[in-house]
Amino acid sequence: MSDLLLPPEHRYAKVIEEKRNEDGSELSILNLGPTHPATHGIFQNILLMDGERILDAEPTVGYIHRAFEKIAENRPFYQINVLTDRMNYCSSPINNMAWWMTVEKLLNIEVPKRAQYLRVIVMELARIADHLICNSILGVDTGAYTGFLYVFQFREKIYEIYEEICGARLTTNMGRIGGFEREWSDEAFKKLNTFLEEFPIAWKEFENLFERNRIFIDRTVNVGPISAEKAMQYGFTGPNLRAAGIDYDVRKAAPYSSYEDFEFDVPVGKSGDTYDRFCVRNAEVWESISIIKQALAKLPDGPYHADVPDYYLPPKEDVYHNMESLIYHFKIVMGEVPVPVEEIYHAVEGGNGELGFYLISDGSRTPYRLKMRRPCYIYYQAYPEMIKGAMLSDAIVILSSLNVIAGELDA
Amino acid sequence: MALENIFIQEKLSQKFGNSVKNFAAMRDIFTLEANKDNIHEIIQFLKEDEELNFHFLTDLAGIHYPDNTVEEQFAVTYQLHNWIENTRIRIKVFLNGENPEVQTITDLFLCSNWMEREAWDFYGIKFTGHPQLKRILNMDEMVSHPMRKEFPMEDGGRTDKDDRFFGRTPVNC
Repeated sequence: MSDLLLPPEHRYAKVIEEKRNEDGSELSILNLGPTHPATHGIFQNILLMDGERILDAEPTVGYIHRAFEKIAENRPFYQINVLTDRMNYCSSPINNMAWWMTVEKLLNIEVPKRAQYLRVIVMELARIADHLICNSILGVDTGAYTGFLYVFQFREKIYEIYEEICGARLTTNMGRIGGFEREWSDEAFKKLNTFLEEFPIAWKEFENLFERNRIFIDRTVNVGPISAEKAMQYGFTGPNLRAAGIDYDVRKAAPYSSYEDFEFDVPVGKSGDTYDRFCVRNAEVWESISIIKQALAKLPDGPYHADVPDYYLPPKEDVYHNMESLIYHFKIVMGEVPVPVEEIYHAVEGGNGELGFYLISDGSRTPYRLKMRRPCYIYYQAYPEMIKGAMLSDAIVILSSLNVIAGELDA
Repeated sequence: MALENIFIQEKLSQKFGNSVKNFAAMRDIFTLEANKDNIHEIIQFLKEDEELNFHFLTDLAGIHYPDNTVEEQFAVTYQLHNWIENTRIRIKVFLNGENPEVQTITDLFLCSNWMEREAWDFYGIKFTGHPQLKRILNMDEMVSHPMRKEFPMEDGGRTDKDDRFFGRTPVNC
């Protein structure tokens, strides 16, 4: 049996036995996690250490595995949306919209321009929330708590906008097949405009606190670098890949939901280290703000959902007073809708990279197979290599700069 | 300019003959079926050929088809992406139902390591040559492969959930 199949602690015990340092000191095993305040989630890593240097690591994943793919095989499309919320819970609207777009692609539904633009707005808001959490927590991990406090209230503001749109805050379950469940309220637009006025000031302040900060630079530059080739080999996508210098962005490569209508840059880094990842996310937040502003300025009038009575729930008042609507409501909720037999792959640019749904439909009420391409799961396997040779405190910083979200990792 | 499907098809057919078949454009993704015996060579060719250059492994998924013949009860799909030409391709390999086994591609793509472990964990598909083929999301002590269709989603002994009254039969719920 190969040594790699052994539990890591046994494998490392062998190494410790074999390698004794000349001065009599020996290597040690450190169990980091599964629950540790510095890892922001349930991540376990068994580390082989020489003093404070990490020689090898093995992550254990699956602590919050909830079998989403299995559940999805037993649920109609509407009920799968709530599962997607719980993947990357820092930017759940992106997951929701990605799922609806996958279903719409399968059902050949054309979404009205207004709904597409509204989707762009909410997805970019979610991206801001995602990057904001990642970067401010990275600050906390390097010992700078203040920046976190400056910007974190804006996540609350974003959640208030979500609340106006769909009523929920964290796990949003936003949208429907073909658009949104209701028109956005005036209050939502008002809150959005206030956010767009206030947030850039705070974000600028946040950037000023960090980007030229000597302590922060010392802690992050050349910490956990990854080359472009390696990043590609390891399946990196999103900000972490772009920090290594590759400008792959699904929004540009395969524009969905009218992203082709907006002008934005794809910020790239160079060395792929923690500092570059931080800067790329910062820059992306500015791009997101610009996209939201463009979308608001160009927001067309029109319906907020596609006219697809087979899949879109009828208005509630009709359900109470109209037989046809009641029947459709029941059929849609129970998933008794016509579905073509096809295989679909749809990808969006999630907070962490290419979030894809590979949906195999056999024409029944549930997907035959739904494979979720979760960016975190794929790039987290590079983590042991990235922390090799680093200090323990660097490992924490690298983990938080990768923005590994436990919910997305384990699905 | 994206790569033409017909160009990819000709190139692959020329090189691998009958090992690649059932070419089809499924919406935006060109799809083909490959023989499991030379899947490694096919993917290596797709990756390393200068014109094709499918250098990024987007996804790897196991699938269970219990209703197929024994020879085709499992499948693995590989989705490759050429970022320069912005072209995706999907390769499907059918595997034996009793002993699903296929060559690993971990030597070509580092990221396939965990993806293959996931397929092993959930479907019991064995990737020969994989350096560390052990369970990943489920606990090590588990004996079954839970994404197989015969594995029930819920404990069958539950009495508090009776869906028969809502038009669902055991087949579709």
